[in-house]
Amino acid sequence: MSVVVLVEHTEGNIKKKSLEAIQYAAGIAQKTGTTVSAVVLGTLADNVMQDLGQYGAQKVLHVPDARLNQLHARAYTNALITAAQKEDSKIIIALHDINGRAVAPRLSAKLKAGLVAGALSYPDLTNGFAIKKQVFSGKAFAYVNITSDVKVITLMLNTFPLSKTEGSASIQKLDVNFSDKDFGIRVKETNKITGDIQLADAQLVVSGGRGMKGPENWGLIEGLAKELGAATACSRPVADAHWRPHHEHVGQTGGTVRPDLYIAVGISGAIQHLAGVSGSKTIVVINKDPEAPFFKAANYGVVGDALEILPRLTQAVEKFRQNHK
Amino acid sequence: MKILVCISQVPDTSTKIMLENNNTAINNQGVTYIINPYDEWYALIRALELKESGTATDVHLITVGKANTEQIIRKALALGGDEAIRIDADSNDPYETASQIAGYVKSAGYDLILCGKESIDYNNGAVGAMLAELLDMDYIGFATDIQAEGDLVTVKREIEGGEETVTCNLPVVVACQKGVAEARIPNMRGIMAARTRPLKVVAPIAVDSVTSILSYELPPAKAGVKLVSPDDMDELVELLHSEAKVI
Repeated sequence: MSVVVLVEHTEGNIKKKSLEAIQYAAGIAQKTGTTVSAVVLGTLADNVMQDLGQYGAQKVLHVPDARLNQLHARAYTNALITAAQKEDSKIIIALHDINGRAVAPRLSAKLKAGLVAGALSYPDLTNGFAIKKQVFSGKAFAYVNITSDVKVITLMLNTFPLSKTEGSASIQKLDVNFSDKDFGIRVKETNKITGDIQLADAQLVVSGGRGMKGPENWGLIEGLAKELGAATACSRPVADAHWRPHHEHVGQTGGTVRPDLYIAVGISGAIQHLAGVSGSKTIVVINKDPEAPFFKAANYGVVGDALEILPRLTQAVEKFRQNHK
Repeated sequence: MKILVCISQVPDTSTKIMLENNNTAINNQGVTYIINPYDEWYALIRALELKESGTATDVHLITVGKANTEQIIRKALALGGDEAIRIDADSNDPYETASQIAGYVKSAGYDLILCGKESIDYNNGAVGAMLAELLDMDYIGFATDIQAEGDLVTVKREIEGGEETVTCNLPVVVACQKGVAEARIPNMRGIMAARTRPLKVVAPIAVDSVTSILSYELPPAKAGVKLVSPDDMDELVELLHSEAKVI
């Protein structure tokens, strides 16, 4: 018996958030007296997979079919079910990201297994199998109890800090009987964003609102983001006015972020926006209106004109980076 | 082409969540309910556009909820749609919700099922993909553009680290987000017409739920903001480094 985890990789490396998922699975395995079997789909080098042992995986089940380098949710589901059957698993874990959210519900429906989507805690076994998750886009949390025998969990990223230990995972090839149906979605064109930091996975985010006055001032946001190594985001009015692309919109009807640091510049802090950023560990608000509601949700605040403050902050970060090389 | 749009009732985005019954329930006092924005602004409007362009013949709406959800179904019908179905069950378990919808779809038959990328109340984003699995269909999530022709859909979707254009044969379930359509406001003619469009109430099938919510919790209040002088950004950077430990 083991806990099965779907592992994601990109450009030959395991994604950091997947290491978090393995570590989370290891925590559950320890609580339930089992081990962790990581499932790797697509092309990846053996030494990279062995290193998953450093985060708590005893075994890697590898399906080296190159078609799986792209998201094929039915094929992924098929592979995970094959792995779970082989390992006699009762717990399957994926990430609460685009891939995990395509696969986990299918697993849940197929196996008639309860799903907790976006786990923020380890299961409380004294209370059934209860896991904390965000509801109402972060305005509240719920403790969801999975009552079925088989359990499926998607883990919210950046929830538990990573710690590396000694260890090496053994690798086994996993044979999966794929059918044409598993590849019913045909990919015509892929545009990977390279270079930029992905907003959903970012540790640091600099976000601008209407207080930036116009798209011509966004160089200041990008300048600070570049100096920090941060992703850029925006509020809904900014996306609606087409100052910034829609995928940068953070809030209850846009994307949700969970960075270590969220710097909100010229954003008043409507409840819908706060809902999308409430998982941030530290929030800095820069706004010329001292009454802006965002200050109530902030750890640090600066009252003043964003267009004057941003260059100073960027310079201060630059100085800090030079002193801490 | 017959389209089914899945509609969910959620508290208005401006709602401040309050708890009751020893934190085991959401206090509904004074809460205004709306159609889940992703369902309304993107899934429903795109379905209506496909009908207006002659691609779709029928647009049906479905929700799983008790009688108190009928006001949002009427509101959805005011935007458009030929008929609405309400499955008379109260569920916050996505497996149960998906099973109820799948039960109806099996008898009715649809070519394209549209839903929002997630509902803004329970944030699972699971019903669409579960429905696809239960109906043995493909599922395309995080769609930003949907074109349909003959028995083929072409969808732009967000993927990990970028975007993709994919095609898929009908039937398929597609979950919509920003980009798929532009929100509309219902007009008086639509509101009047909605009153005469059929709203079918369907008895639920027997489904065991596989999760239950034990309790809720509100986020802890922030300790209070520490103000930093706009002239001293070095101090802010120092605080972020040594106190918050985030850089």
